[in-house]
Amino acid sequence: MAVFEAKNIQKSFGKTEVLKGVSFEIEKGEVLCIIGSSGSGKTTLLRCVNFLETPDKGQFYLNGNLLFDASDKKAKSDEEIRQKRLHFGLVFQSFNLFPQYTALQNVSLAPLLLAKERPDYMANKKQIKEEILQHSADLLRKVGLSDKMDNYPCQISGGQQQRVAIARALALKPDVLCFDEPTSALDPEITVEVLSVMKELAAEDMTMLVVTHEMGFASEVSDKVIFMDDGVIAEEGRAADVFGNPKSKRLQEFLSVMK
Amino acid sequence: MDFWNVTLSLIDGLKCTCQIFALTLVLALPLGLVIAFGSMSKFKPLAYLVKTFVWIIRGVPLMLQVIVLYYVPGIIMGEPVLSRFASVIAAFVINYACYFSEIYRGGIESVSKGQYEAGQVLGMTKTQVFFKVILMQVVKRILAPMSNEVITLVKDTALARVIMIEELIQAAQNYTAYGLMWPLFYTAVFYLAFVGILTLLFGYFEKKLDYYKV
Repeated sequence: MAVFEAKNIQKSFGKTEVLKGVSFEIEKGEVLCIIGSSGSGKTTLLRCVNFLETPDKGQFYLNGNLLFDASDKKAKSDEEIRQKRLHFGLVFQSFNLFPQYTALQNVSLAPLLLAKERPDYMANKKQIKEEILQHSADLLRKVGLSDKMDNYPCQISGGQQQRVAIARALALKPDVLCFDEPTSALDPEITVEVLSVMKELAAEDMTMLVVTHEMGFASEVSDKVIFMDDGVIAEEGRAADVFGNPKSKRLQEFLSVMK
Repeated sequence: MDFWNVTLSLIDGLKCTCQIFALTLVLALPLGLVIAFGSMSKFKPLAYLVKTFVWIIRGVPLMLQVIVLYYVPGIIMGEPVLSRFASVIAAFVINYACYFSEIYRGGIESVSKGQYEAGQVLGMTKTQVFFKVILMQVVKRILAPMSNEVITLVKDTALARVIMIEELIQAAQNYTAYGLMWPLFYTAVFYLAFVGILTLLFGYFEKKLDYYKV
């Protein structure tokens, strides 16, 4: 069963129809890459999944259960949305680390705040905090930043910042980890270090939804690829098929330009 | 009227100046934030109302506001409503809160949308995003313009004498009745020392916040 499914997602900004009914599903442990040219709606789709935009129409299902239905007004309240967001992590193109916090604080901030909502928080405050800090430090070690935990974002490179951002997104143990062009703001050399962390996550069966321009990464790591064009899924399938045997003319053009 | 006696009575005036300064700051700093939120409200009528209020307060001389707050309620009610000192504090707090609110607003709006979104996708509430993520970035951004306003406030306290508050300038002015002008000039020393301390203080804060960039 699919861990996450989007059904007929539609979104307009004013009169511009950005998503014209997009449906896809992602299995547990799968890496799904979304490719397509700028303006094709892929980033908007990802932002809808993370509820940074609210779809006008459509449903999201999580593990087969309805998570969000755009026709349900109640589902759009701040608190409802906040709870639903917790199933997803998002790594931004521009990192968006919190500048006033160290790497470790960036990773541990949200879990620490969230822990306050636990009923046993007051009783086990100290232990809970310790566990979170331990887990956050483990995540930073995992992304290869054991020596940068106490550095502020302005003191580390772009690639390191993005790896902190990945650790931060992992800290809440999301069901689906989303990436919005995670390497587009990085130098080609540095891109490699971020991609290798992502490959590692994929190998550990993290469910990942990746909007990317890195065709090499997409063809190598993804289980499934979606090619978006003008607000719809123009083509989708296994990475080998999509890249090796593109059917539509648009995808053929796109791939030839990306090479 | 020797130097020592003048100094003592100027120190009395300075005490009053300090009171106006401190009370205004303590009350106007949080009130400014409330006004800033009002002017940024998504509920448009409230935003326009607040913006109009800020326009009036910033558009009218503070001296006039002090006079209005002291005399007008009294004229309407038939007896003084606010004491002299309370009127001064009320006028200063409202006036400075409006100036602060615009500085806050600029600071808050200058924080990138991505910071809000990063907090939101991490499951923070709007309040948590503001206080845990945005606020310290705003503080850093507004420190320099705030230091300007705070320093202006030191000297604006002299306006209180328009309703006979015995602040520093008034304390010196009293001596002109005895033909002494120099105490008035002497007050500059007090203001300079006051502002000097504030400048050092703001410099210290700026240094303290140097560890991160926004």
